[in-house]
This record gives sequence, structure tokens and C-alpha cells, in this order.
Amino acid sequence: MSRTENLVSELVEKHGRSRNSLMPILQGIVQEERFLSEEAMIEIARELNLSTADVFGTASFYTFLDTVPRGKNIIRVCKTISCHMKGKDEVIEALEALLKIKVGETTHDRNFTLLTANCLGWCHKGPVMLINDEVYPELTPHKACEILEAYMKAQ
Amino acid sequence: MSKYMVNLKINNIPVTVEEGTTILEAARKLNISIPTLCYHEDLSVAGNCRVCLVEVAGAKNLAASCAAPVSEGMEVNTNSKNVRTSRRHVVELLLSEHNADCTKCFKNGHCELQDLASEYRIGDHVFIDLVKPQDKVVDISSPSIQKDDSKCIRCQRCVRTCSELQSVSALAVCYKGDHQRISTFLSKPLHEVVCTNCGQCVNRCPTGALTERTYIEEVWDAINDPTKHVVVETAPAVRVALGEDLGIETGTRVTGKMVSALRHVGFDSVLDTDFTADLTILEEGNELLRRLKKALVEKDETVRLPMFTSCSPGWIKFIEHTYSDFLPHLSTCKSPQQMFGALAKTYYAQKKNINAKNMVVVSIMPCTAKKFESGRPEMRDSGYQDVDYVLTTRELAMMIKQAGIDFAKMEDTAYDSIMGDSTGAGVIFGNTGGVMEAALRTAYEVVTGREVPFANLNIVPVRGMEGVKEAKVMIKDVLPEWSFLEGVELSVAIAHGLANANKVVQAVRDGKASYHFIEIMGCPGGCIGGGGQPIPTNPEIRQKRADAIYAEDEGLPKRKSHDNPEVLHLYKEFLGEPLGHKSHDLLHTHYKARKRY
Repeated sequence: MSRTENLVSELVEKHGRSRNSLMPILQGIVQEERFLSEEAMIEIARELNLSTADVFGTASFYTFLDTVPRGKNIIRVCKTISCHMKGKDEVIEALEALLKIKVGETTHDRNFTLLTANCLGWCHKGPVMLINDEVYPELTPHKACEILEAYMKAQ
Repeated sequence: MSKYMVNLKINNIPVTVEEGTTILEAARKLNISIPTLCYHEDLSVAGNCRVCLVEVAGAKNLAASCAAPVSEGMEVNTNSKNVRTSRRHVVELLLSEHNADCTKCFKNGHCELQDLASEYRIGDHVFIDLVKPQDKVVDISSPSIQKDDSKCIRCQRCVRTCSELQSVSALAVCYKGDHQRISTFLSKPLHEVVCTNCGQCVNRCPTGALTERTYIEEVWDAINDPTKHVVVETAPAVRVALGEDLGIETGTRVTGKMVSALRHVGFDSVLDTDFTADLTILEEGNELLRRLKKALVEKDETVRLPMFTSCSPGWIKFIEHTYSDFLPHLSTCKSPQQMFGALAKTYYAQKKNINAKNMVVVSIMPCTAKKFESGRPEMRDSGYQDVDYVLTTRELAMMIKQAGIDFAKMEDTAYDSIMGDSTGAGVIFGNTGGVMEAALRTAYEVVTGREVPFANLNIVPVRGMEGVKEAKVMIKDVLPEWSFLEGVELSVAIAHGLANANKVVQAVRDGKASYHFIEIMGCPGGCIGGGGQPIPTNPEIRQKRADAIYAEDEGLPKRKSHDNPEVLHLYKEFLGEPLGHKSHDLLHTHYKARKRY
């Protein structure tokens, strides 16, 4: 069994085979592998007796369930209006310069993916970004780069 | 227990209906028409298109009548200014996301959205055009069905059809908001996924987003080519539905008119798939008896029972994907369409002294999956592609119109010979239960020397629209050579629609049911409800077509496949005997396992 097959089978063991288990299983895969590969979705469909199109339909609905490969760390900068007015564009430009990638891309070493996100619910403390599950509010371009450099050092 | 009755008024007209009825159903009872797009009688209610909006007195918002149940004392208005304006806006909004290329569209004149745009006199576009250029890339990977996302209004009839009626779910609602699309797994092309090509989605798509792949021009080219001898075969179910697309009442048999029209269109020979349906019965019936003998007498454990029919190409692809371990249960008989093609380019070519290379075989089918079947690599036993082009009933209606034929005024003529003669047993292949009935009429008589013990040969227990039917036939007083069948109760099952097929296979696999012979048709109602039949479809229309098939059967002088004189002649002159060497080469095949996921 491949690594992905093992992972799916562990998650199925934990969450069960009902249709309700689909979401936690998808989340579990993304947690471990950062995205849902074709292989992972096929394995889930097989285990839960669903069609692959159904699994893909559910996965593609949720922004946080990626179906394309992502880096080890995912940075999501809020793009919604309050953060926009407080300078998210400058934050993004600084991050792009530091990582040498554009929004939507992943670094060559596959350590970082830079994305934008719809409202993260931190409008009172914008601009805000999310690195994996960690929220970083009240950013400036400088502050954002400092935070990211700490992550880069940790790699 | 009688149901609780509810009184309400629609447009001030009082009506009493059962509790749980929707406003839409109540209005239809009063012959008040409410437009619908996502609603379909065969499917669960989705309530997402919003064109069926009506005003309910006292309610803050307009209600979607397809999803709103009636309540006591309710007062509904289906034609207020608010309703008309809102419906018009709904249609305009749908059009803003629709590639309204109507004159270039295959569904031009047969589109429910176009009809609504016409009804509401939609003129200038008030909303901006939001069709994405990438959606205009049409998926033509499948030989049966094409998918054009730019025409899709996301009503999800296809998604519900594929899951509820067919239990395939090749299509799902993917992404969200303005990115929402009806998509296959990972947006793969249709020919790479589990789609069975049944075309039930095509039958229910209100726009031109899902249509058959059309081969009308190729067929015209063949007809116009003087070096080609073009033969046409017509499937049983076409003759009871073709009229619907040519202005004739549903349920009318148009066999004779169709034959005349095909001659006017320019085919060199007009022949009948019913002929090979009769032939299928002789091959398949004998195959069943041989399997029973091997299993019961020789105790051969490699013989798989129950045997499944193999006429429906949607069902074949379904079992290849879903139950590949059950492939040995399939009858090895090719479908009547493919038997016809293989014989046309061998037997017919020989008899008529035509080089098979110069022959073009066109089949008219109630089916989209047949287009895929004709291109299978297994279907070239004549040395050429056995069937060159497959047209749906709908495509034939278009050709007849293009040829300027006044169909209603066509006189009735008979099929050409050879391979044009048929019996009632061949005709009933078009209905669910028909292959079973035809097989029993022959097999019972082969074994006992007597006709089946049912009044007027009508084996009523295998008829009807129930999803899964079962029947048992006691075999008694057999002829000496079939003594091993004495006292055997033959147990059969019939399923139509792949969701029902799925149930039956699952029951057999789990050991919960045991049969000798199972007929499966991929489409609801059998071929009369096929994916290539005139649109719309609903239970009432399918019932009328089914009744017409049985009427056609009763009207024929011969009603048992083994009485077909041309088939008997074919055996004598060419094939030898059922399951013989030549039959094996031309009429039988095997299928392969395909990926389920």
C-alpha cells in the first residue's frame, strides 16, 4: 500500500464509512499531504462507496480543501475590503518579493505557497494573514516579512 | 388510511388536493401552466432555478412552486405583476450566464430556456454577459455525448439523473458561486470517466449543454456517394416514438411511414434490427439452455448463473466499470445492432453480391450508448467496422425534416428483404421485460414442444414499469432431450434503469437472491425510454410508447422468434446452427473490465 492509501485507510478507520465521514477524511488528508491528490480522492471514493465525481464535487467546493499540490506552509492573505483598505496589496507585494513567487504559486523548494483568501473575520485588526492555522493580524509589509523569515529559518 | 385533504385557491379557483402535494402539482391539476427548468417528474425536487415562482397571499417572498407544499386555505397567484417580473428577471439572469448562440445550437427549437425567453419576450440583455471563454470549449471526447458548459444553467437535472436513476454519478456539482460547474472527476473528459453513455442526462437537459454527438452529415455524405451501398436498420423502440418529433401524437406506431421516409431519404435498403432481435433470441435462448445443462447435468463449476442479457450497451459499460467480476455472467451474444452489422457486411453482402468495403451500415437507435458500442474494437468481426454510423431517433426526425418529407402523409410500406422480416418477439425488445418475454416464448417451446402457458402468448408477469420484476415459470412434461429440466422452476428477474440494475446485481452478489436469467436494460422503461428518444420524457410518455410496442406485437402474424422465416433461412444458408462456428465468430463477443474510479 502506498503512503496515501495507508493514510486514507487510517482516516476511514477513525471516522467511519458513512457519507458524513467524507469531510473529516478530506480534512485529514489535507492536514497531512497539503492537498487532495487524484490518488487520495480515488481511494476515498472506493472506501466510502461514492463516485469520484462526488468526492471531487465536495472537495472543490471548499477553498481550504486544495486539489492542486501546495507547499509545506500555506500563506493566505485576506483580500476582502477592510484588509484591502488597510494595505493588503503592499503586504502581498512584500511577500512576493521575499519568496520570489506570485500569488497562487509555490516556491521551488515546495516550502511555501502564497494565496489570497476571502474574509478571515479579522476586519477590526486588518490586514491579516494566515500561515497554516496561525493568524497574524495588524500587518505591515515589514512585519509580514519578519514573521515569514522566522518560518523560513525554521525549515 | 385516507390521506388528509387540503383546500386551497389558485388564481381564485378552488382545488382540493392531498396533503404533501406541491403548489406546482396542484396548479397542473387545474391546467394552469407554471414554467419549470430544474424540476423534472422523474427526479427529486431541487428548487434551484426559481422560474416556477408564485405569489402566496400573506407570504413575504415569492415561493418556488415545485418545492412548496400546499396548506389549508392557501391563496396562490401564478400570474401577478410581481410573479411575471420576477420570472422574467430569473430568465434574464440565466441568459446572462448562458451562451445564447441559439441559431448555431443543436437544440435550436428544442430548448426549454429558449422557449421561456420566447414566452417572456426577452429582448435586450439587461444583465451583462458572464459566459466564461474557457467554458466554451466543448467536450467532444465521447462518441455518444457532448458537453458544452457555456450552455449549462446549472439546474442539476443531469446530476440527479446520473445518481438517482442510474446510480453512476459521473457528473457532480463542483466548485461554488460563479465558478460552479457541472463536472466529471477532476474535470476529465467524458470518455475517461465512468459515464455509461446512456444519454439519460441528454434526455433531461433543458438546454444544449448535454446533447448527443451527431453524425447526420456523415450519413448524408454516404447517401450522396454513388459508390456506397447504404443500408439502414431501425431498432424496435424507434417506430413507437419517432412520430413525437414529427408532429404525431405520442404513442402512435409509425413503422410503415418510417420505412417509406427512409427510402425517400435515400437509403439503398431499409432493414430491421428486429430481425437480429429474433436472431438474438435463438442464440441467447440456446446459450441459456446450454449453461443450464452444463450447470445442472455436467456440474460444470465454471458456468456462471444467473446469465445476464447483453443487449443494452449502457448496461454493458456499467458492468464493465462497476462489477467486472460479474462479466462471465453476461451472455456472450452481441446486441441486435451489432449482430445486424456483422451479418450485413458478410451474409447480406454475399447474397447481394456487394463488396463489403463499399457498404455503409447506418443504424437508427433510441440510444446514445449505441454510438459508443459501434466503435468498440470488439465490433469489427466482418473485417470492417460492422456498424458505421448510429443515429438517434431525434437525429432521424431531423433528417426527415431536412429531406422535406411530409411525414404524416407518408404511406405505409414494408421493410426490404433480406434481414427485414421480424416477429412480435423482436418488437417487444423495446420494452423492459421484452427480451425476457421473447426468450421465454422460444425457450419454453424448445424445451417442452408447447407454447408458453400464458393467454395469447402475453407473459404479463414480466411486463410493466416496476423497477425490478421477478417471475417464475414451472417447466413440466419436457421433450426427452431436455429431461434434466423436468420440474425445474425457472426463476427470472428484470430490471430497467441502472439504479435498479445495481440493486439486482448487489442482491445476487450478496447471495440474497437467486435467479437463472436476468434481463437488464440501462434506461427507465427499457429502450422506449432510451437516451436517444424524443424529448421530453416522463412516466406517462414512456407508458404510451410501451403500450404501442405491445400493440405492434399483437398486430404481427408471427410472434415467436423461432418462427421468423428469414432467420430460419439464415441458419440454413449461412450460419448452420445456433451457437455454431459461424455464430461464434460473428455474433458473440466478450467484454473487458474497466476502471471504476
